[in-house]
Amino acid sequence: MIKISLEVQNLKKLFSRRLIFKELDFSLNQSQSLIIAGKNGSGKSTLIKIIAGVLSHSGGNIRYIKEGKEIDKEKIFNFIGLVSPYLILYDEFTAKENLELFARIRGLKIETDLIDNLLNEIGLYDRRNDLLRTFSSGMKQRMKYASSILHNPLVLLIDEPTSNLDLLGKEFVQNLIQRYRKEKIVIVATNDREDYSFGDSVINLDDYK
Amino acid sequence: MKKIFYIFLKDFSSELRTRYALNALVMFIIVAVSIILFSIGSEKAPENIFAGMFWVVVFFSAMSGLSRTFVSEEERGTTLILSLIAHPTSILLGKFLFNLVLIFFINTVIAVLYYTVFSDFVIRNFEMFVYAFILGNIGIAGSSTIIAAIISKANAKGTLYPVLSFPILLPLILMLIEITKFSVEGISLNEATAEFLVLISYDIIMITASIMVFEIIWRD
Ligand SMILES: Nc1ncnc2c1ncn2[C@@H]1O[C@H](COP(=O)(O)OP(=O)(O)OP(=O)(O)O)[C@@H](O)[C@H]1O
Ligand SMILES: [Mg+2]
Repeated sequence: MIKISLEVQNLKKLFSRRLIFKELDFSLNQSQSLIIAGKNGSGKSTLIKIIAGVLSHSGGNIRYIKEGKEIDKEKIFNFIGLVSPYLILYDEFTAKENLELFARIRGLKIETDLIDNLLNEIGLYDRRNDLLRTFSSGMKQRMKYASSILHNPLVLLIDEPTSNLDLLGKEFVQNLIQRYRKEKIVIVATNDREDYSFGDSVINLDDYK
Repeated sequence: MKKIFYIFLKDFSSELRTRYALNALVMFIIVAVSIILFSIGSEKAPENIFAGMFWVVVFFSAMSGLSRTFVSEEERGTTLILSLIAHPTSILLGKFLFNLVLIFFINTVIAVLYYTVFSDFVIRNFEMFVYAFILGNIGIAGSSTIIAAIISKANAKGTLYPVLSFPILLPLILMLIEITKFSVEGISLNEATAEFLVLISYDIIMITASIMVFEIIWRD
């Protein structure tokens, strides 16, 4: 198992002068999972983006430590998988092309059936050669999962895990999270109490105003 | 290095499918060259005018086409996935490569069109023109890429591009017009050393400055 930890200290986020959250502290190791809760507009998605390293914060510290060494900010993307409503994949490419593209740009060695297996797992193998433009929102959600685990990340961030998914899709997500939370960091932002079972602990952002 | 190429390849195949930039560009070139053609009519225009007008067409087509690179990602919401799969510098260089290929393509089209349509446009020092063409395209692609990155994060995308690109591209375009005049007049390469040094420094400064600035703009 690869050792990874996430340390968040005194984290604060402002949008212009509006305070979203402050004095946020937590730390997680591999095999620990966290639920981020809070009402609409409390900053769950904002926090997920900051943890993913795609949005800057206004104060405090956030660090990733892998095998005792801090990961360079610019390289965090290598270790992160993100699923979220505002993640949009390339409409003009097919399902398979999207995944191949991501694998190549990430510089992964593509084993021939890795992508086919992944497509199979999310139940879209039959539609692999269709443009994403023609996909339903649930199918797009499944594609986001495929894109987020393609590189076998150490940290899995999921915002609204089951949105648009049918029963089978939800089952896939449950299995995926159960698998990942054993040896990786999993963070789930949700409004749905049913999803609380995905985490070992809960942070409610309404308490950090 | 490979990653940069794959980002370029993504943009390239995406462009082939969506024709986001290409259609508008080709139309623009045809319209611009026709207008020049009609306005000159049967009169005899001084040779020097052609050098100036050549780069004016290039400048405006660069402005209309090259800004698409980052703006189209931002508009379609795919900026996030891009920043999740690649290092900022690879993204910048991949986009630069795409713009470079695009500008070389449109510029060659403009040059060929120009050459066939205007029989008075005679280049006597062809070697010099080719060097200017290459260095000029690198400079235009480099500055257009970073300007596109800046405006993709701004609210007034449409208006900001010409405003920003004018002062940044002006020294480059002026220098290119100058060298093109030289090549029309048939002046030898040695006599244009100073102008070429300016071109080369412009390209180097533009690309290094872009790489330094880009990481800051990219994560907002
Ligand atoms: N780019 C932005 N600029 C300014 N304010 C923003 C921006 N993004 C989000 N906000 C504000 O930050 C607050 C938190 O937004 P966020 O999307 O993080 O909420 P959330 O907890 O995910 O809500 P939901 O449950 O609806 O998904 C909101 O008040 C929102 O208006
Ligand atoms: Mg949200």
